[in-house]
Amino acid sequence: MIDAIDRAIINLLQEGFPVVEHPFAEAGAQLGLASDALIERIGELLASGVATRFGPMYNADRLGGAFCLCAMAVPAERFDEVAATVNAMPEVAHNYERNHALNMWFVLATETEDGIADAVKAIEDATALPVLEFPKLEEYFIGFRVAA
Amino acid sequence: MTRVLEPEDRAIVEATQAGLPLVEQPYAAVAEKTGLSEAEVMARLLRMMDEGIIRRIGIVPNHYALGIKHNAMTVWDVADEEVSRLGPLVGALPFVTHCYRRPRREPIWRYNLFAMVHGRSAVVVAEKISTIAELLGDACRAHDVLVSTRILKKTGMRLKSSSDTPKNARKHERKAV
Repeated sequence: MIDAIDRAIINLLQEGFPVVEHPFAEAGAQLGLASDALIERIGELLASGVATRFGPMYNADRLGGAFCLCAMAVPAERFDEVAATVNAMPEVAHNYERNHALNMWFVLATETEDGIADAVKAIEDATALPVLEFPKLEEYFIGFRVAA
Repeated sequence: MTRVLEPEDRAIVEATQAGLPLVEQPYAAVAEKTGLSEAEVMARLLRMMDEGIIRRIGIVPNHYALGIKHNAMTVWDVADEEVSRLGPLVGALPFVTHCYRRPRREPIWRYNLFAMVHGRSAVVVAEKISTIAELLGDACRAHDVLVSTRILKKTGMRLKSSSDTPKNARKHERKAV
């Protein structure tokens, strides 16, 4: 279980972490923690899985490479077989089953723009099912933050 | 507005994509790994933040571990002439973590606005969806809520080491995905 100090750490550090020579000391001062105590707490949050990451959050779109959300309508009797085919492709980063006629939703991540079309074609060829592409047209993302 | 990452930036990305070192002077530790000075690492991180290459530096909590176990992909059919005005208002709601305009794929898919909603219970998520519906008002003609019934695959996306991907160096000016 996490305590009030852990919650305060999560809430503060979701907003940002200073870029200064002694950032743990600066962030710790706002929490009433010495830098070594803050470092230890963050290490425990990561080790216990309460936090999944600590560091710079890169905008994947900007690092080079292409991404595209895709969906397929997979007949129920073929679902597991198609899931295995899709998951086996290294270009597939996430894949979720969802409650809709379009029941399989996955994200393709490729090194080049053309790689998306190639991966889509490979999946269509391997499954004989159409893949619908849902590229981002505009981003209204503000932040990935929750109150701990 | 996009630029090619310089080799020094790439080195910093590679040295930090697994996370920032948990030491008293983490930027000095990154400097040591990359052969740059601590001051240059800090200056380049700040510049990448300004440019949106880094969204922010901080902690990413596990929603499940915090009790935020319910999420839904809400999708909305919003009038084309209104979506660019309303999208940012939906994206600014505190319980919406990702919000994008995407193409319709008619006839099977009429929705052009996607918003991920998170909450501690199904009831809370339903209330939040009502809040979005009120915000969109008459500009929204239909919506649907897709919950994930199974995670089939989840692997992180990682930048390969630069020696593997010389192609990446020239890639920029891509349309948003």
